[in-house]
Amino acid sequence: MAEAIVQVHNVTKIYKRDKLEIPVLQNITIDVPEGEFLALMGPSGSGKTTLLNLIAGIDRPNSGSIVIAGTDISTLRESALAKWRSRHVGFVFQFYNLLPVLTAYENVELPLLLTHLSKKEKREHVEMVLNVVGLSDRMKHYPKQLSGGQEQRVAIARAIVTDPTIIVADEPTGDLDKKSADEILLLMERLNTEFKKTIVMVTHDPRAAEKAHKVRHLEKGDLLEN
Amino acid sequence: MHVLKLVTKNLLRHKLRTFLTILGLAFAVFAFGFLRTIVTAWYYGVEASSTSRLITRHAVSFIYPLPLSYRDQIEKIPGITSVSYAYWFQGVYKDNSFDNFFPRFAIDAETFLEIYPEYVVPYEQLEIFKKERNSCVVGKKIMEKYGWKLGDVIPIEGDIFPGRWDFVIRGVYQGRDKTADETQMFFQWSYLEEQLKQRTPYRSGQVGWYAIKIANANDAAAISENVDALFINSSAKTKTETEKAFQQSFVSLSSAILTSLEVISYVIIGIILLVLANTIIMSARERIREYAVLKTLGFTSGHIIGLVAGESLIIAAIGGCLGIAFTFPMAAAVAASFPTMFPVFSVDLSTIVLAMTFSLLVGVLAAIFPAVRAARIKIVDGLRQIG
Ligand SMILES: Nc1ncnc2c1ncn2[C@@H]1O[C@H](COP(=O)(O)OP(=O)(O)OP(=O)(O)O)[C@@H](O)[C@H]1O
Ligand SMILES: [Mg+2]
Repeated sequence: MAEAIVQVHNVTKIYKRDKLEIPVLQNITIDVPEGEFLALMGPSGSGKTTLLNLIAGIDRPNSGSIVIAGTDISTLRESALAKWRSRHVGFVFQFYNLLPVLTAYENVELPLLLTHLSKKEKREHVEMVLNVVGLSDRMKHYPKQLSGGQEQRVAIARAIVTDPTIIVADEPTGDLDKKSADEILLLMERLNTEFKKTIVMVTHDPRAAEKAHKVRHLEKGDLLEN
Repeated sequence: MHVLKLVTKNLLRHKLRTFLTILGLAFAVFAFGFLRTIVTAWYYGVEASSTSRLITRHAVSFIYPLPLSYRDQIEKIPGITSVSYAYWFQGVYKDNSFDNFFPRFAIDAETFLEIYPEYVVPYEQLEIFKKERNSCVVGKKIMEKYGWKLGDVIPIEGDIFPGRWDFVIRGVYQGRDKTADETQMFFQWSYLEEQLKQRTPYRSGQVGWYAIKIANANDAAAISENVDALFINSSAKTKTETEKAFQQSFVSLSSAILTSLEVISYVIIGIILLVLANTIIMSARERIREYAVLKTLGFTSGHIIGLVAGESLIIAAIGGCLGIAFTFPMAAAVAASFPTMFPVFSVDLSTIVLAMTFSLLVGVLAAIFPAVRAARIKIVDGLRQIG
């Protein structure tokens, strides 16, 4: 078997609030092979978001190493890490987090501003991914003119427009009704099967977990073996 | 799309707030520019004055006259090119109002305007002026203000020199450069002398002050000493100094007011700094979550600082430009309403530069704190922010 694209080894995360130390993750080790669609489940407060943030390089572990596609991101400096994120990670949030002042098109274009693509190439990329998520006709709409499901599809388009190494999603269907949630899950599944994207998705929704190849459970900072 | 577009879109987010902040800045910059224009107008007289001209006056006070006989003695001092003299006449034109005040003085028709080449009188007019006893030359500004024509008679009610005095306008002078005062009236000292001999003989044979042209400005101090030394044992001792120092002694009378105006102008800048800082802090706080999202996408702390500072700088620049733009018509209106109060009242280039510099400085300063805070916030904390 090829080397796992995500290698989390002996990672510990402790949050300090005032003088209180809150251990969130204890000695977590998890490998995600390329092309995997992994669902992370577990009760509220078990550390799912924390683990996802560590994998996405927006937070740092207290100890242990996180190697993504050969890069140990726990050793990268702030600016190098930012650059790394722009190339390798597509993040999908529970609450979409689109910029309200930008249109759907502009929101999707945002990550491309950090690349050296030409204007024309940028437009082609944006139009292509908006087409994938089925929103070609909503490019000029602002987030507040879109439904929750549509907003999340724009957010997914934004996450994949740079063709990242991994896609991380934190409860992408958590704020959606059943129909919209199904659309999003279908989309995630397509990204995995059609576009061969490696996906790590945190979810509370058992139906969401069904779409994944693999489900891991977190409980009080420990990863349970299945 | 460019990152700059995000800045402008953010600016238009709370249109009223942005508009009011820009307006506040514009007013502040306007007030700053206007106050500075008053201050510079005040100092113009000093700037226009020359360092190669000396003024000799009575040592006790400017209001005491000096004997005309001093002239020949002063002329003999080496380094002096020519000596002229004048006498402050004052008097009342129309009424005692401030609006109808303009400087009036008697000058030696032959020499005075040679020493003051900044007052330019057409040659033919000057020749007539020199020949006709009760003629006068007036500045272009008051000529226009009162709608006088050449040949008009200006009646003046004397106060220092009582009685009625009529002067015929035979010449109009123009300032050679924009600092020259175009609001004065000059008439012949010999006419004053002739009249005084009839009206009050004991007041004849006197001048108000001597204007001395020297060959080399560097000799000013030495020559001044030599002049004063001549009359050290006379009953009317003299005080000689450069015209610049002389003018400054007038300005210093009002220097307390000028200093307050300057202080106020800086206080205004300080206040507007707080106003802009408040707006930028509010905006940045509202957007903490968005900044965290941008960082997640790979934007750096530098980008975030750019977004916050860009917004601040654009507001400051627009406000600054508007404020400066307001200053011009206001200055023109003041210059038109009180043409004689300030000989020169126009917005100085240094005022524009200073106003713009302060605007941009305010833009930078207002952004420092919120920009650094927005850039420093950890992504995970920013994402947890509700808003
Ligand atoms: N920035 C932080 N500062 C302090 N404590 C934190 C921080 N982030 C998370 N925690 C704590 O770490 C623990 C795990 O949080 P986390 O968000 O990872 O849980 P989760 O499994 O995603 O929960 P949920 O299902 O509710 O989203 C919680 O006790 C939380 O209070
Ligand atoms: Mg969570």
